[in-house]
Amino acid sequence: MEKIVFFDNSATTPISEKVLEAMMPYLTSSYGNASSIYSLGRDSRKAIDKARDQVAKALNGDSKEIYFTNSGTESDNWAIKGVAYANKDKGKHIITSSIEHHAVLHTCKHLEKQGFEVTYLPVNKNGLVEIKDLIEAIRPDTILISIMYANNEIGTVQPIEEIGEIAKEKNIYFHTDAVQAIGNIDIDLQKLNIDLLSLSGHKFNGPKGIGALYIKNGTKVENLLHGGSQEKGKRPSTENVAGIVGLGKAIELATKDIAKKEKYLKNLREYAIENLLKIPHTILNGDRERRLPGNVNVCFEYIEGESILLMLDQHNICASSGSACTSGSLDPSHVLLAIGLPHEIAHGSLRLTFSERNTKEEIDYLLNLLPAIIQRLRDMSPLYNQAK
Amino acid sequence: MDSNKKKKVMIGMSGGVDSSVAAYILKQKGYDVTGVTMQIWQEDKEQEGSCCSLTAVEDARRVATKLDIPYYVINFKKVFDEKVIQYFIKEYLAGRTPNPCIACNRYVKFEEFLNKAISMDMDYVATGHYAKVDYKDGRYLLMKSASKKKDQTYVLYNLTQEQLSKTLFPLEDITKEEVRAIAKELKLNVASKPDSQEICFVEDNNYGKFLEENSTLKTKPGDIIDTKGKLLGRHNGIYNYTIGQRKGLSISSNKPLFVIDIDPINNQIVVGDDSEGFGKTLIAEDINLIAIEKLTEERRVSAKIRYAAQESLALIKPLEDDKILVKFDTPQRAITPGQAVVFYDGDIVLGGGTIVKKD
Repeated sequence: MEKIVFFDNSATTPISEKVLEAMMPYLTSSYGNASSIYSLGRDSRKAIDKARDQVAKALNGDSKEIYFTNSGTESDNWAIKGVAYANKDKGKHIITSSIEHHAVLHTCKHLEKQGFEVTYLPVNKNGLVEIKDLIEAIRPDTILISIMYANNEIGTVQPIEEIGEIAKEKNIYFHTDAVQAIGNIDIDLQKLNIDLLSLSGHKFNGPKGIGALYIKNGTKVENLLHGGSQEKGKRPSTENVAGIVGLGKAIELATKDIAKKEKYLKNLREYAIENLLKIPHTILNGDRERRLPGNVNVCFEYIEGESILLMLDQHNICASSGSACTSGSLDPSHVLLAIGLPHEIAHGSLRLTFSERNTKEEIDYLLNLLPAIIQRLRDMSPLYNQAK
Repeated sequence: MDSNKKKKVMIGMSGGVDSSVAAYILKQKGYDVTGVTMQIWQEDKEQEGSCCSLTAVEDARRVATKLDIPYYVINFKKVFDEKVIQYFIKEYLAGRTPNPCIACNRYVKFEEFLNKAISMDMDYVATGHYAKVDYKDGRYLLMKSASKKKDQTYVLYNLTQEQLSKTLFPLEDITKEEVRAIAKELKLNVASKPDSQEICFVEDNNYGKFLEENSTLKTKPGDIIDTKGKLLGRHNGIYNYTIGQRKGLSISSNKPLFVIDIDPINNQIVVGDDSEGFGKTLIAEDINLIAIEKLTEERRVSAKIRYAAQESLALIKPLEDDKILVKFDTPQRAITPGQAVVFYDGDIVLGGGTIVKKD
């Protein structure tokens, strides 16, 4: 097989044809600055308004509550720092989980240096936050709970509805990083008590470099950036019109037929998991049921995930170990350590994340190669030979 | 290449000019080349000019992209910590002067890295060292490369026959000047990068500070004495000194004084004048022989006791427990326990070992 098999859709996705088509005018002829008064500018303004409506509709929110940003990371930073700074008179305590994306974790670490206190909730062995831990962690000075919708590594879907209810009852702001959830899970903001929600365009066939933050009306959030009056003065910067248009179109398409997509991805996922677990000494990470429909994360004991990825790359299979954002670091995934895996096992993880473009044949191609690769690496592993 | 199927080589790329050009040469010769940077040491504070910082990763990645070869960063942090850093700390605290580059080559580059390469179905590993591998009369030989000035065989004497059979040194036939010229011609962004000099994980070459920060060590001041036992001053921990050291002794004397011995048991530094720092014999252990299977009788060699030292003629003699006695024809300055002694026959490395004792 010469073509590339892309099993890393949680890292990024390609821009779909329809999305590119929608963007093209704003990369070429319709180049107006959306703040300009003439028609070229108004064209851009109109396109942004439409995209904002598309995002609002996809989440069942109000378009006045949608703010465009550069990325999921920026949205997370803005939500957490913005709430923290704007509400510090009320309290300086934040609750998050130990398996958040680094965009959340490192932001919280940064706030700790500025005098905020942060509780990092543990997760159970399946990667789920326990509601009783959350309730115990809440203090009178807690101003924000930030818990991700679905985990980027092990795909665990958190009890967002229950967390939202607790947050509302205790009058604490609730932010969720939904970067991995959009397009995979049906999200209805009218049913969930979410005050802030982060999303990122390139995770659902939109372009890179564009994200959004949903901020519920009435939420006190301080600006991260200061400048012009774009995004009602809350997020100044000349609008990335093509990116915004692309995100709008992409989220519309991604949330249109979510039940059908979910079914297709679950089929691929279950097929892959069943067969991967036939390889001896293989562990499934995360919750078997409460997980993203296209997420597989397994550990092959005694070997390093890194080596598997390199071997798969030689066969044109794109996969990852942990998340793409941490592949530059040397340490085992903080997520896998948080679900209680020992260091040596946490090193051996393989994450496969499917999209509708993937097929069962592609999974068969992987399944045909993998046992020999694993065996080869195990034969070289002192740990494996000791265990034998 | 003769074979239809290209031989696969994994080359260690540090982001420096040598390994970059080495990768280029392999590609020119028709190998299927994969570049790898071994990440071995990660600290917020990084040093320019050391081999393994994150900026080095960026440099190496750019070179690999330019050469159009696959490139990976692979984690060797654990083995590096165990086999290089902990060894380094232990040796200093025992009053010896370790050579971490030798340990790194032995356990990291030519053991873990090679294993990784084999597990990835590679035929060879390669590095940008100035050295040469040859095969003659049933043995793999480690030899000096064309660049005698930059010769790095001293830090490679631990290579085994098995390791040498799977090792390529692409710079074996060219000089440093030629390497720089090639890099310039290819417009590699690393062409004018300075050579790495100091130990990659020790900032500003400040061993004492590194040891204090990275071990449970408590500073233990002690006496500085002369060879007759006369108290001359105080030291702030024996690990701050190496044999042959002249600077930083803080002793006033009418003649230059050198560290001639470090006594970890009595926590003393012994100093003496220039003449007292010389010795003619030493004992080496933990021997690795390359050109010969075993040393069975006395043999004339040329030997080197430090990376930067000149070779000197010597007689080597097998002792019990596979140790070797080395008798130099002329006295050597600052024979230092913990450092390696490497034996040569012309350009061929016979083998080497760790200096344990001097007379």
